Amino acid sequence: MTDDKDANPVIRVENLSKDFVLHVQGGARLPVFANLNLEVAAGDCVALYGPSGCGKSTLLRSLYANYKPGGGHVWVRHAGDSGDDWVDMAGAPPHRVLEVRRRTVGYVSQFLRVIPRIPARDIVAEPLRALGADLDAARARAEVLLARLNIPQAMWDLAPATFSGGEQQRVNIARGFLADYPVLLLDEPTASLDADNRAVVVELIKEAKARGAAIVGIFHDDEVREAVADRIFDLSRERAAA
Amino acid sequence: MDQSSPLLRLQNLSHAFGSLLACSDISFELHSGEVLGVVGESGSGKTTLLNCLSARLTPTNGIVEYDLRGRGLTDIYALSEPERRLLLRSDWGVVMQNPRDGLRMEVSAGGNVGERLMAVGARHYGAIRSEAEDWLEKVEMDLGRIDDLPKHFSGGMQQRLQIARNLVTKPRLVFMDEPTGGLDVSVQARLLDLLRGLVRELGLSAIIVTHDLAVARLLADRLMVMKDGKVVESGLTDQVLDDPHHAYTQLLVSSVLQV
Amino acid sequence: MTGGNKDRAVTGADSEEGYNFAYLDEQTKRMIRRCILKAVAVPGYQVPFGGREMPLPYGWGTGGMQVTASIIGRDDTLKVIDQGADDTTNAVNIRRFFARTAEVETTEVTEAASIIQTRHRVPEDPMTEDQILVLQVPQPEPLRPLEPRETECRKMHAYKEYGLMQVSLYEDIARFGEIATSYSYPVMVNDRYLMSPTPIPKFDNPKMDGYPALQLFGAGREKRIYAIPPYTKVKSLDFDDHPFAVQQWEEDCALCGAEDSFLDEVILDDQGGKMYVCSDSHYCAKRRAAGHQGTLSEAAGRAYAAAVGATDEEEH
Repeated sequence: MTDDKDANPVIRVENLSKDFVLHVQGGARLPVFANLNLEVAAGDCVALYGPSGCGKSTLLRSLYANYKPGGGHVWVRHAGDSGDDWVDMAGAPPHRVLEVRRRTVGYVSQFLRVIPRIPARDIVAEPLRALGADLDAARARAEVLLARLNIPQAMWDLAPATFSGGEQQRVNIARGFLADYPVLLLDEPTASLDADNRAVVVELIKEAKARGAAIVGIFHDDEVREAVADRIFDLSRERAAA
Repeated sequence: MDQSSPLLRLQNLSHAFGSLLACSDISFELHSGEVLGVVGESGSGKTTLLNCLSARLTPTNGIVEYDLRGRGLTDIYALSEPERRLLLRSDWGVVMQNPRDGLRMEVSAGGNVGERLMAVGARHYGAIRSEAEDWLEKVEMDLGRIDDLPKHFSGGMQQRLQIARNLVTKPRLVFMDEPTGGLDVSVQARLLDLLRGLVRELGLSAIIVTHDLAVARLLADRLMVMKDGKVVESGLTDQVLDDPHHAYTQLLVSSVLQV
Repeated sequence: MTGGNKDRAVTGADSEEGYNFAYLDEQTKRMIRRCILKAVAVPGYQVPFGGREMPLPYGWGTGGMQVTASIIGRDDTLKVIDQGADDTTNAVNIRRFFARTAEVETTEVTEAASIIQTRHRVPEDPMTEDQILVLQVPQPEPLRPLEPRETECRKMHAYKEYGLMQVSLYEDIARFGEIATSYSYPVMVNDRYLMSPTPIPKFDNPKMDGYPALQLFGAGREKRIYAIPPYTKVKSLDFDDHPFAVQQWEEDCALCGAEDSFLDEVILDDQGGKMYVCSDSHYCAKRRAAGHQGTLSEAAGRAYAAAVGATDEEEH
C-alpha cells in the first residue's frame, strides 16, 4: 500500500483491533482483526476484500462508529465550524461523532432499517434535512435519485416496508448518495440489484469520486469492484501480516 | 453558541430512598440537539434518574447543571424554588407517561396548551388561541376539538396534547417518561413519528426514559443502559444496540422479539 | 341625616350574663386584631386565624361576625346588609346579635354607620375614610375551583404564579364567547396578590379600587382573614381583547328610577311579570325619600308592597 504523493488523506485507521465477547454464550471470545492500518485519500476508492467472516463489515462499521473497536483509532478529517479537524471515531464524545456522521461520513448499510410508515421519498430526503435543507429542496433531490435508481414514482409516497429487497436497497443507496459526503462507506451496495441498477450505482460511485469523496466499500460483485476500486484492502492478508 | 459547552451536565448523581440506592454515581453530558435514551427494566432506577434530572427530586448526592439562558451552566438545585418552577414551565418540558399526570383534565385542549403562555404573561385571548391552534395542528390534532376537555380524548390524543402543552414555550430540553407506554401499537407508531419530526424540526434536546428498545432506536441518538441503579453501558444508540459490550445489554438486545 | 333603630338588648347582655362584650373574649379579639393588622400590612394576602365557634353554623357569616366583633366598640354604629338589603333574615339576625351582645347603635343609613358588615354587596353610597366595610367570605381561595391542592395554591400565591386564573377566564371566553364570571370575579390587589372579592357582583369590583374605607374580609369556615387598606389598587383580571366590563341593565329601578345602581329582578306574579329594583335597599329608600320616582305601575307597586310588607313598618 503506497502513499500517493498528491494524496489528501481523509481517513486514517491506526492499529485497529476488534473482537467480540459473547456473554450470552458464556463469555466466548471471537477475535476479528488486530492492529489494522489503512489510509484513504480524497477521490480514492478502497475495496475491502477477503473471505466471509474476515471482518470486512466489522471494519466498515467501525469506520462509522457503529461498532466499537477494542483498540486503535479511526481518524476522519472533518470540516467543522472552526475549520478542519481530525476526529477519532473510536474515541470521540458522542456529539462529535454525530456531527461527523451528519456532515462528513455517509453510510449505506447492507439492509435498510425500515422506519415504519415514513414514505420512501422522505427517508431518502432525511440526510439533507438533517443538514438544514429546505423540505421541498431535499425532496426534489431525493426524487431525482430515486428516478435514477429506477424506483417508480408511484412508490415514492409509499413506506418501504413492503418493498422488495432490491427496492429497499435502492432506497438505501439513494439516501446514502443524497448529500455530498466527503466520505462514503458502502456495504454491499449492489447485492440485490440487477445489471441496470448495478450500472447506476457504479455511475454514482464514480461521480462521488470525481467530486473528491473518499470511498470505502465492500463489493462482492467482481465487475463492480473492478469498475470503481482504485485499490484493494485484503483483510485476510492484513490480519495475517499483523 | 459554544458547541463544546454542554446543555446539561450530570456529575456523580446518586439517589437513595432510605437505605435503598435507586441510582448511583451517574455522570454524563448532553449537548444541544442530542436525544438521549435511558433504557432499563423495571427497578433499574431510570425513572428516579429522570426525576432527579428534571428538578422534581433532589438527589441525595451529585450535581445537575443546566445551561440557563444568559447565565451559563448552573446547578439547578441551587436555584430558588420559584426559579426552578419557572424553568419547568418555560425552557423545559416534561412529558409524563400517563397524560393525566401532565394535563389539566378539566381545562379545554386550548386552555391546556395556552396555560404556559398565560403563566408567562400573555394577555391577548385571540393571540393565545391562535398559537394554541398552531400547536394542535403541529401535533396533528383536529382543530375542532380545541374547546373539548381532555377527559373525552383517547390516550393517544391526550399524549399529543401533553406534548403540545409542553412545547408551546419552545423549550430547549424535554424530558419524557415512557411517552408511548400504554398506547396501542399503531397509535404508538404515529406518536413516535411525530416526536421524531418535532425533535428534528425544533432542534430539541431530549432525555427519554423507556424500556422499549425499538422506541430508543427510533428516537434516541445516544443510549444509556441502566441496571440496578447503575449505568452499565452507554454510547451511540446504533452502536449500543448493534455492538453491545456489557453482558446485560447483550441480554436485553437478544431478548427483543423480531416481528 | 340620623335615624335608624335602637334595638335595645332584650336581656341586657353584659359579663354577668356570661357573654363578653360583642360575644368573643378579649384574648380572641386581640388575636383576630393581630391577624387583621397582618392582613392590612399585606393587602390581599390570606391570613389564617383561630376561628371560634359562633352561635351560627358555617356559611351564615361567622367569619364576618368575628371580624366585626373584634373591631367594634361601644361608640360604633353598625349597619348590616345581606345582598344589599337591611331587612332580610340574615341581616336582621346579625344586627340583633350585635345589638344584644354589644349594645351598640345600629342603623340602616349607610352614611351614619361606622362599621358595615355585608354579605355579597358593596353599598351604593360611597364610603369614607372613617368607615370600615366587613365582607363575609364563603371561599377565600380564588384558585380553589381550579387547583384542589392547598399546598400548590400556597406556592402559587407565594411565587405570584397566577397563570391558572387567567386560564379560567380563557375557558369562559372559549365556552361562552365572553368572560361569563359575573360574581366572585378575581382581582389583583396592589399588583401582588390574587384575591377573591367574595361573591359580590362584578358590578361592585370597580368600587373596591382606591376605596377610602378599610375593607376587611372574614371567612369563618376556612378560617382566613384578608384586607384591602384604603386607597389600594384593585384591578379585575381580563384579557387585552376582552376587557373587564360591568353589568348593564336596560331598565332603571322601578321604585326610585336609579340608573346607576345594581338592580335585582323581582318576579311579581305567576304570569312572569317582573320588575327591577335597587339591590341596595337604603339607597333606594333614600332616593324615594328625596322625591325620585320610578316607573312602578300601580299593580306592581301593590304586589311589591305585599311581598315586603314587614319591611314597611321598620322603615319609619
